[in-house]
Amino acid sequence: MMPDLGKYADTVLSAYAASIFLLVVLVTVTLWRGRKVRAEMEQVEVRLRRNG
Amino acid sequence: MSLWEYANPKKFLSTSEQVMPWVWGLALVFLVTGLVWGFFFTPDDYRQGSTVKIIYLHVPAALMAINAWLMMLVASLIWLVRRHHVSALAAKAAAPVGVVMTLIALVTGAIWGQPMWGTWWAWDPRLTSFLILFLFYLGYIALWEAIDNPDTAADLTSVLCLVGSVFAILSRYAVNFWNQGLHQGASLSLDKEENVADIFYQPLLVCIAGFVLLFVALVLYRTGTEIRARRIRALVTRERVGA
Repeated sequence: MMPDLGKYADTVLSAYAASIFLLVVLVTVTLWRGRKVRAEMEQVEVRLRRNG
Repeated sequence: MSLWEYANPKKFLSTSEQVMPWVWGLALVFLVTGLVWGFFFTPDDYRQGSTVKIIYLHVPAALMAINAWLMMLVASLIWLVRRHHVSALAAKAAAPVGVVMTLIALVTGAIWGQPMWGTWWAWDPRLTSFLILFLFYLGYIALWEAIDNPDTAADLTSVLCLVGSVFAILSRYAVNFWNQGLHQGASLSLDKEENVADIFYQPLLVCIAGFVLLFVALVLYRTGTEIRARRIRALVTRERVGA
C-alpha cells in the first residue's frame, strides 16, 4: 500500500508529518479554547440571572 | 437580505452554527481525498522524484497564508469604515490560522529545498517575503494581546494589517517582480505550458479546496469564540458596575 518514495522517503514523510502535526495542533487548540469560552459564558450568564 | 445582517453577533452565531458542521465535514472529505490521492496514487516527477508529493501541502498552505491575510485586510477595512465588531473579531480569529499556514509553507518549502536546491533556506525574494509575512502575522497577534481596550486593539491591528498587505501581495508576485532567486514560477497557471501536469493538478485542486474549507471552518468557529469572549468581558464589566 505504501508507495515507494525512494531516496527521498525521509524528506516526503517529514514534510507530511510536520504539516499534519501543525494542522492537528491548530484544530485541537481552536476546539479546546472554543469549548472553554462557551462554558465560561454559560457560567457567567447563569450567575447574572441568579443575581438578577 | 443584506450581508450586513451578519454584523449582528447573534445572527452571525446562529448562521455559523448551522453552516459549520457542513464546512467541517466537507473540509475533512476534501483534505483526506486530496492528500490520499496525491500521496498514494500519483507518480513521481521525472526531475523531483517523490518530493513532488510535497506540493499537495506546500502550495495550498502558501495560498492560504496569503489569502488569509487578504481576508484579514477586507475585515479590517470593514472595521475601520463601518465599525462592525464581528469583522474585527473575524480578522483576529483568522490570524493564528494564517500563521500556521505560513509556517507549513515555510517548513515544507525548506524540507523540499534541501534535496532539490541543496539548501534549507536562501534569501530569495519569495522566501524572504514569506518570512516577513510570517513575522507580520506574529506581530499582529502580539499587538492584539498587548492592548487591553478591544476597540483600540482593533484599530491598531487594522492599520498593521494594511501595512502587512504589501508583503502578502509581494509574496504572491515576488517571482514576477524579480527574475532572480531559487524559487520557481507559480505552480498554478492559466497557461497550460506553465501549469503543473494534469496528473498532479487534479489532486492538488482537491487539496486546495480542502485547505480553503478548513480555513473557513476554523475562522467561523474562532470568530464565534471571540464573540463569546467579548460577551463575557461585557457581562463581567456590567456585573462589577452593578455590584
